[in-house]
Amino acid sequence: MIVAEQKKMDEILRSIRGYRSVAVVACGTCVAVSMSGGEKEALKIASIIRHRAKLDGLDTRVTVTSAIRQCDMEFLDELDDAPGMVDSDCVLSLGCGAGVQFMVEKYPYKVVVPGLNTTFLGVNRAPGYWTEMCQGCGNCVLERTGGICPVSRCCKSHFNGPCGGSSGGKCEIDPDIGCAWQMIYDRLKRIGQEDRLLDINEARDWRTSRDGGPRGHIRADIVVAEDTQRE
Amino acid sequence: MSEAGYTNLRRVLENGHFSFTAEIGPPMSGSAENVREKARKLKGYADAANITDNQTAIVRMSSIAAGYIASCEGVEPVIQMTCRDRNRIALQSDLLGAYSLGLRNVLILSGDHQSFGNHQASKNVYDVDSVQFLDGARRMAREGVFMGGSKLKDPVDFFLGTTANPFADPEELQLIRLEKKIRAGAKFVQTQGIYDVEKFRRWMKLVRERGIHERAYIIAGVVVNKTQKSIEMTAVVPGMDIPEHIIGRMRAAEKKDEEGVNIALDLIGEIRTIEGIAGVHVMAIGWESIVATIAERAGMLPRPVFERPCAFRGE
Repeated sequence: MIVAEQKKMDEILRSIRGYRSVAVVACGTCVAVSMSGGEKEALKIASIIRHRAKLDGLDTRVTVTSAIRQCDMEFLDELDDAPGMVDSDCVLSLGCGAGVQFMVEKYPYKVVVPGLNTTFLGVNRAPGYWTEMCQGCGNCVLERTGGICPVSRCCKSHFNGPCGGSSGGKCEIDPDIGCAWQMIYDRLKRIGQEDRLLDINEARDWRTSRDGGPRGHIRADIVVAEDTQRE
Repeated sequence: MSEAGYTNLRRVLENGHFSFTAEIGPPMSGSAENVREKARKLKGYADAANITDNQTAIVRMSSIAAGYIASCEGVEPVIQMTCRDRNRIALQSDLLGAYSLGLRNVLILSGDHQSFGNHQASKNVYDVDSVQFLDGARRMAREGVFMGGSKLKDPVDFFLGTTANPFADPEELQLIRLEKKIRAGAKFVQTQGIYDVEKFRRWMKLVRERGIHERAYIIAGVVVNKTQKSIEMTAVVPGMDIPEHIIGRMRAAEKKDEEGVNIALDLIGEIRTIEGIAGVHVMAIGWESIVATIAERAGMLPRPVFERPCAFRGE
């Protein structure tokens, strides 16, 4: 899932300062699961904004609404009917970066500000603990590396083994980070694929990653031609 | 007559001499005089000197610029190039630039992560890793093609090297990676600074069992510490095992700098006897003046001279 964390309240309050009617919009998918931008968090943020407005003697109107997914126009269209949405002059989106930007496309004349920092594609390891597993590089090598990603989990994104900073299974830059290549080594041995460690993995083609410019795909079997215009 | 990729270091090694190299850390300034001064202290005492590439991710004068200045002083440089700061376009461009200045020894390494340096907010590039860059550099020299596939207009050649850390984990995979670096193009290997000779001896046994020493020159790194603080700081570097008896020697010593030299000399003496070692690489960063003393007391003088740097010859 996409993992995000809430921005500091001070930063949120600064970005909405001066607006008369703020619509806080939660997102019900990834960020709800990573407990940063779901409805529960939206209610909490709204109440802090109201409280602060009151202390400042302001008459800010704050409403809370939620989209099932902010990255899907179908669900954003449903927001039109939500109380306070149409009249709001500022939308505080608790979606990931994609959600915030799609909200901008949905409401081109409203100010839309982010309530979260989108952090990574990752997993939930324990309550309140998420770690990165994927960078969406667009050219998956997991079949070669025993299912452990060197792009996202090695601090230097090495493709041919560990650097000299691997010690006792840990990465030299942070003892909380496991050395991805130690994990790849252990795993390939366990599944009898240690021969893969001998392969020289050639320099990558990063065009599939963000380095080729913003990415998009079109599925010919699904697409309706007039819908493929990109902003 | 010198040929393109024939450097002094390469000839020393190929002629079966036990190589003796040192290191120059470029300054945190644009002072050419600073580099010249360091180079003058090494001239005649070392076969070549590594010019570090923003080591520990601290911004310093570029290794190629400093290497050229050193070569003008008559010290052959080994240009260090890390994969941390440059993508393949910049790395290959800098290789051509180094070649044009007559700098032909190139040591390719991953580079210390930027979180150790003074620009922690910087991007970490790693477009290619050190194996991939070695492969690219070798193909430029041997096949005359760039990594992107197009042809070089004129040939280039390099004496390519890399690093190895005998104390890093996992041991077997580190050796596999070293072999990959050699397959990719490395002809010489400089190790991390050795303090734990017993552990290093065991590592060299594995190196010999795999025949690695027959495919590349293995040069052992020796750090010279001047102070108690410097040895203690070295000891906390991950993967740097300094046995307690060595730290103890330094602690007990009245004159720390003298003891630091004695420790380095003892290490060189022990390392020399290990089968498969082709030379020692002395790292006395910030203490270049001690290299001559170490060379002399270790019995490394006089140094054989096969080539003088192009810039020094006035080419």
